[in-house]
Amino acid sequence: MSTHPNNQSPEAKPFKDMKIHTFGAAKDITGSAMIDFPVEETFVKVKDLKSLLFQKYPELVHLPSLAISVNLFYASEETMVNKHDEVALIPPVSGG
Amino acid sequence: MEHHISIEKDIDINAAYQHLIHPKSGGICTFIGTVRDLNNDKDVSHLFFEAYEKMAILKMQELAQEAAQEWPLHKIVIIHAVGEKKITDPVVFIGASSAHRDAAFAASRYLIDRLKEVVPIWKKETYQDHSTWINAHP
Repeated sequence: MSTHPNNQSPEAKPFKDMKIHTFGAAKDITGSAMIDFPVEETFVKVKDLKSLLFQKYPELVHLPSLAISVNLFYASEETMVNKHDEVALIPPVSGG
Repeated sequence: MEHHISIEKDIDINAAYQHLIHPKSGGICTFIGTVRDLNNDKDVSHLFFEAYEKMAILKMQELAQEAAQEWPLHKIVIIHAVGEKKITDPVVFIGASSAHRDAAFAASRYLIDRLKEVVPIWKKETYQDHSTWINAHP
């Protein structure tokens, strides 16, 4: 057991997982408004990130669409995401 | 061109209108989206709106800039509500003011249509026995 004073606090491993915001139907599926999602590399393509998410949360596949935003902009499938970016799952929108 | 863009718990219609007044404007066009009691033949008891606020504000600012490039406008207002909303409550307020009415009508139409397509806001409808998130766009 480590004696590091911050071992049990989230601050001890701030860069381990990608933090992903979720909304609407996607939030219901993941069960949380913010998920800690493990990705091995620092950079990952949006389409690969989506594949990983679909593996962990198969119900996401059934959404009519699932966009990914990176730093508040809609990303394309080929966009490279840095795991420190602000990432969000955007199911079909229904404002207005 | 000035704009007022915000996400609020409750929309103050008169305050929203005040943002549109401009001495060079001869026309102010507003659109107010409200909660209706029926959707897909089911009785709606209430709605809940959720927003990705930072991104929603940014997208609404982009839409305002697009409208300002397309039409000669003096003021634009875009306000969306979040939280639980009852039947007849206003949930979105769109407004544009311009020297003549054509630009104000066209810009208002553009802003509400595009808002519904791209702004990250979600609506959950609650009926008598269950609730569901609405998938509108795409």
